[in-house]
Amino acid sequence: MSDYMDGNMLGGTLGELFSMDVTSATVTCVSCGASWAIAQTRVYPHAPGMVARCPTCDAVLLRLVRSPDRAWLDLRGVTCLQLAMPGS
Amino acid sequence: MAAVRDGWPGHLAGQHVDVRLTAEDGYSTERSYSIASAPPNGQAPSQTVELTVQRLPDGEVSPYLTQTLQVGYPLELRGPIGGWFVWDPGGPRAAAPVLLVAGGSGVVPLMAMIRERAAVGSHTPFRLIYSVRDPAALLYGDELARRAGDGLEVRYVYTRTAPPGSGQPTGRINAALIASAGWPPEESPAMFACGPTGFVEAAADLLVRGGQNPGAIKTERFGPTGGKA
Repeated sequence: MSDYMDGNMLGGTLGELFSMDVTSATVTCVSCGASWAIAQTRVYPHAPGMVARCPTCDAVLLRLVRSPDRAWLDLRGVTCLQLAMPGS
Repeated sequence: MAAVRDGWPGHLAGQHVDVRLTAEDGYSTERSYSIASAPPNGQAPSQTVELTVQRLPDGEVSPYLTQTLQVGYPLELRGPIGGWFVWDPGGPRAAAPVLLVAGGSGVVPLMAMIRERAAVGSHTPFRLIYSVRDPAALLYGDELARRAGDGLEVRYVYTRTAPPGSGQPTGRINAALIASAGWPPEESPAMFACGPTGFVEAAADLLVRGGQNPGAIKTERFGPTGGKA
């Protein structure tokens, strides 16, 4: 299966929600415990929203839907989101 | 080339922008495109940003950008976006030798890195492995020929047709090529691979099997929907 892209493409919409770049943030998978940069996750953009899956175990990490007037961010598969704080 | 009304805030080589098109009825769609130009580098904020767009015959956005869009039409850009797939000449790994692996139009963000290296006068050695279908599909062919040498080495891989008379075999990237045109793992190179998903998976696999540190390999995949080109 190669009908996925990667978390680099989540940067624009996540950038509307967070005050810093999130593609270099690390997520830890609830299912298998692996840690990946958001940019490295496998993103399936063909669903109504974008679904990011764990490159190790393929479990759903997060789902992101953007409509004209709101955004939904479902982080059900992420046990921890680690961000490098700017200026540190 | 898009002129930016309020001045371009600057970017890092490898970042992209989202281009949004909105129809009169309010329907809106957006795609990501890699920035091809080097950052402004401390000069006055650049007034333009260069995007390279590959037209996909069945595409929703690229035919408009390549065939309908006229000089003077407004475009909605969001960015620069992404802090992971970047080469930063001021960053902690700026001196590490760099391997760039491009599949087709995946060369675009890597070209920004090559231009950035030249713009800041960096002596970091760069090697580019550039896989294309045939010579006519080369992007930046003249510019790469001009920039090659002086610490930039370019190896072309033709998957269907090699230049006439070159005697070069055609084929896909493979372990021998990655070993001869890349860097040995002992050099601790920084590696960037960009292209269609299948190409990027193959390139990353070959690098890891060649003994490279997986943590030093950065990848960016694109595809026909919402992808980068």
